[in-house]
Amino acid sequence: MKPINAVIERVREETPTVRTFFFDPALDPVPGQYLMVWVRGADEIPMSFSYPNGITVQRVGDATEALFSLGEGDSIGIRGPLGNGFSLIGDSILLIGGGLGGAPLSLLGEVAKDQGIDVTALVGYRCCEDVLFKERFEKMGELVITTDDGSLGTCGRTSAGLSCLDLEDFDQIYLCGPEPMMWDVIQKCKGFEEKIQASINRYMKCGMGICGSCCLDPDGFRVCIEGPVIKADRLLESEFGRYRRGPSGSKEHYGR
Amino acid sequence: MENPVMLAAGILGTTGASLKRAARSGAGCVVTKSVGPEPRDGHKGPVVVEVEGGLLNAMGLPNPSYRNFQEEIDFAKKGGSPVVASIFGSNPEEFSTVAEGLDADGFELNLSCPHAERYGAEIGCEACNVEEITRAVKKSVGAGVPVWVKLTPNVADITSLGQAAERGGADAVVAINTLRAMAIDVESGRPILGNRFGGLSGPAIKPIAVKCVFDLASAIEIPVIGVGGISTWEDALEMIMAGAEGVQVGTALTGGYGVFASITEGISSYLERKRITLSEVRGIARRFS
Repeated sequence: MKPINAVIERVREETPTVRTFFFDPALDPVPGQYLMVWVRGADEIPMSFSYPNGITVQRVGDATEALFSLGEGDSIGIRGPLGNGFSLIGDSILLIGGGLGGAPLSLLGEVAKDQGIDVTALVGYRCCEDVLFKERFEKMGELVITTDDGSLGTCGRTSAGLSCLDLEDFDQIYLCGPEPMMWDVIQKCKGFEEKIQASINRYMKCGMGICGSCCLDPDGFRVCIEGPVIKADRLLESEFGRYRRGPSGSKEHYGR
Repeated sequence: MENPVMLAAGILGTTGASLKRAARSGAGCVVTKSVGPEPRDGHKGPVVVEVEGGLLNAMGLPNPSYRNFQEEIDFAKKGGSPVVASIFGSNPEEFSTVAEGLDADGFELNLSCPHAERYGAEIGCEACNVEEITRAVKKSVGAGVPVWVKLTPNVADITSLGQAAERGGADAVVAINTLRAMAIDVESGRPILGNRFGGLSGPAIKPIAVKCVFDLASAIEIPVIGVGGISTWEDALEMIMAGAEGVQVGTALTGGYGVFASITEGISSYLERKRITLSEVRGIARRFS
């Protein structure tokens, strides 16, 4: 489909560098699906849904900078929902998010809660100023917060919060955040990889599985249409956590 | 080549892994994403737009440069099909440098990308450039390595380009690359592609490709590889009946990797039903000239 026009109805400042943009029309995404957002004159970028009619964006580059210059009444082009989202499994689930990774997880948690599923969330932030969607997570059930600097909740990386939880209690675990954080969590959840669904980030350009820029080594998994949600046991057999590819296709290694 | 159905350049060809997957899914040969002398990030998005009858794209030749691509080719070879490197440059020297820097089963010269300044069709629309560049690469890689030339349809007479490639020593020509095209967002009046214009691929261009292949097959002695809008076995046969030695599939990969098997199986059952061979079918339409 061509990008459809969506009007920004409201912009909510979440943190000094993060805003949620609510647009009309709302779409009907499965949590974990994404949409391509065309900021006219700048670029087209993939964004997870944080609401059926909302995306939560961190100002990180030219395209997001251009998006931040838009306000109520301005419009963007959108196409989606795209990709495979999370699938809800079992009666009790755990959400593990790092920073902005909480965006698709908060939508997932709300949908799960509506279906009567018990939801527990573990969310990590750099500091208390970065805390995002705290009230949304609190409404779903138990919430464990970590901050790198200890300014709120448990001090340490997101995985530090795992000590407050018994992974046996959960039928399925849903993970989203920066890649080193996700890698760290997966390493600390040894034996539970098969029940972890992770939403991962790769350089997505076409969003229709043909340009090849988001393919994972070594089996050519097309993140833009077969993902962005993928099971952790499969991730462990891939490039994930070691390197990703930049816009030219060259490998960018994580210093690990 | 036993199986004449190949993966076209620019589609799922950035990584060795995706090329290998195409080969394992039944592609008789895989062509890489075009690789050039220096790394390029490509154009700003949108880089692809779905339009009536196909796709419009202006990727902008993103590639990590030939210096960072050999490992992808080596990995792709594990798929068991020949790996052809699509290469580009802005002059014969750059083409030769890229070709000499890569070890592949063959080279496809991108003289036809319609949306990158100084490259592709900007130089490939002139017969003298096609001839000179083909000759230079052929000399660089030696007689044993096949060199194909992918031609642009954005000219008055594609056969003159095919003849130029033949004079330059090409082993085959590949026709056609995308057609220059544009889509405009009616809400804003702005061209949708980040590059403003791009190349049209998919079913809409198939009849144009069939005619180009038909004309080229009549005008030159070297094989013609047909590409442009092929999604079914009937499409592939149509191209072969126009005179194509083999076919490449690109945009139809939006339907998944299964397209290779469905085309090759379809062709096999057709040949069985008609009790004829592929070489008897090849160019059959030209009997009616």
